[in-house]
Amino acid sequence: MRPGAAPPRPRGARRVRGTPGLWAACLFLGLIILAGIAPELLAPASPTETDVLRALRPPSAEHLLGTDANGRDVLSRIIHGARPSLLAGLGATALAVVGGTALGLLAALGGRVLDEIVMRLVDVVLSLPGMLLALLVLSVTGPGVGGTLLAIAAFSIPIYARLMRVQTMVIKRSEYVAAATSLGLGRPHIIVRHILPNAFAPLVVLATIGVGAALVAASSLSFLGFGPQPPDPEWGAMLSDGRDYFALAWWIAVFPGAAISLTVLSITVVGRRLQGRAEASAAPRPRGAGHAGLTAAPGPRSRSRHDERGGNRP
Amino acid sequence: MTTPTLPPVGDIPGTPTGGRPAARRAGGGWARAVLLRLGTSVLLLWSAVTVSFGLLHLTPGSVEDSLIGMESVSPEVRAEIVAAYGLDRSLIEQYGSYLGRLLRGDLGHSYQIHESVASAIGSRLGASLSLAVASMALALVVALSLAVLTARRARWLRSLSSGVELLGVSVPAFWVGILLLTVFSFELGWFPAFGGEGLTGLVLPAVAVAVSMTALLSQVLREGLELALDQPFVLTARSRGMSELGVRLRHALRHALLPVVTLAGWMFGALISSLVVIEQVFNRDGVGRLVLNAVAAKDMPIVTGVVLLTAAVYIGINVLLDVVYPLIDPRLRGTA
Repeated sequence: MRPGAAPPRPRGARRVRGTPGLWAACLFLGLIILAGIAPELLAPASPTETDVLRALRPPSAEHLLGTDANGRDVLSRIIHGARPSLLAGLGATALAVVGGTALGLLAALGGRVLDEIVMRLVDVVLSLPGMLLALLVLSVTGPGVGGTLLAIAAFSIPIYARLMRVQTMVIKRSEYVAAATSLGLGRPHIIVRHILPNAFAPLVVLATIGVGAALVAASSLSFLGFGPQPPDPEWGAMLSDGRDYFALAWWIAVFPGAAISLTVLSITVVGRRLQGRAEASAAPRPRGAGHAGLTAAPGPRSRSRHDERGGNRP
Repeated sequence: MTTPTLPPVGDIPGTPTGGRPAARRAGGGWARAVLLRLGTSVLLLWSAVTVSFGLLHLTPGSVEDSLIGMESVSPEVRAEIVAAYGLDRSLIEQYGSYLGRLLRGDLGHSYQIHESVASAIGSRLGASLSLAVASMALALVVALSLAVLTARRARWLRSLSSGVELLGVSVPAFWVGILLLTVFSFELGWFPAFGGEGLTGLVLPAVAVAVSMTALLSQVLREGLELALDQPFVLTARSRGMSELGVRLRHALRHALLPVVTLAGWMFGALISSLVVIEQVFNRDGVGRLVLNAVAAKDMPIVTGVVLLTAAVYIGINVLLDVVYPLIDPRLRGTA
């Protein structure tokens, strides 16, 4: 990017307007969030009440998405499963953002040696595939909700740490930080009031998409049997239950999977829109830059953004 | 960030950056870059070993517990086991002898399945490797054809394919696996449901693994292609009367390929993540299932062994990529 060549883009205005896909995604996310907050409002039946006489019924007017092997209503279980699934995605991402922010700040502001140590650590973690790292963590913590959250956070922390470090490095050299320093403001004040708020925006955008990835990871882990324990409904665990019956009753496994997929799809659509807007406002770029790795892809994105923002460095 | 010595390759998103300093430093000669890569690789392997060892001994008593398993034993027997495995020595000593054994190529012995780690992994590597290679090849072929056919084409075609790609990156692999099983094994009966041998058993799991990879690869490739198709050399090639497909394959593709190769290499290294899940869905006895069961049983030597294997694969791929980059893009050959 040539510095200074930033004509206001007429396309930016058009981007803000939503497409039908974006609206559908927002609507679906709204429904899922409502289900997460107040499942009783939406669910037609109890998620845990068993009734052997109604077992394995196919989708019908009475049970829209059928019943599972214990006669529980699949739709109600999906609605009640929204909360643990969403919490896993949000919780793991929040953990990762906090951890990544701390590490990134440490690396960027803590001097050369610390920077070197933290970044090598990040390299090691990024070189291990996410699921393997998650399993490593789970082999120490044991199964359960807490372990799953930690496991997912463990492999997402490095991505946020990298981005945070780069952001901080750029902001550190900005004029407003220089001004704040020459005004005699203390380091903690500068970090909290100047560096963090400015470095955080791209992190939030990345985290939006990260929630989707974390949700898939969490449901994969509970599909593998490491998540919340039965009979609580959780999408990944429901899929795993349904696995034993899918020769007889495909709907038990297929619908929870659809719920995961649609949720992640909606999150991705919204997240990319946010990303597109953030990039359009940060600097003029060729169309549609950056998306690639949802998870730990050694990011083209973080660097390109660094280059943009750092374009006016000496 | 090092100073970019490359001529501008357009602003291709995903040009090898970030974790791949060797390619960027190509001006200094890629032989040196490969050497540098080997050096960091040793460091990386050592860190992976240390992290695994740390995790193994993080929870006191866990090693004995998983050795003893479910049985209840007298304190004497427990003490005997502790002594036999050298667990009473200091951590530093244990770490030293552990490193020593690894250097001699001894990965240790499984706590649970009465097999050495090397043979446990070795006997399952074939199943996993065939699945990994099959799905990678499938993903590359489909992504290449999709991107070459749809880049800079009619608007509806592009939005259709980008919609499909978006769907592809969003669906979890295990759900794709279950859908495939439901439709093609149970309803249509075209493929064996579980653990089928040979090629027919490989098709469904390979497709399940390949879906998300294909979507990601074709996204990146199409973006690269569209940028490359805007370059002046494309106009030149067209004015020479080259066919559209020829222009795309001979000229544009080469420019768009670099980020795709980077991404594909990274994906292959990370494939174990999908294998863990997909081997479980399809009941394939591979490395993914091995490590999954080992984690559930706290069988740490196996877990460590698989971690080391993955780190080694990652390193191998990166070295390979450093060799491949200059072949794709002669500008990376530098002056050395």
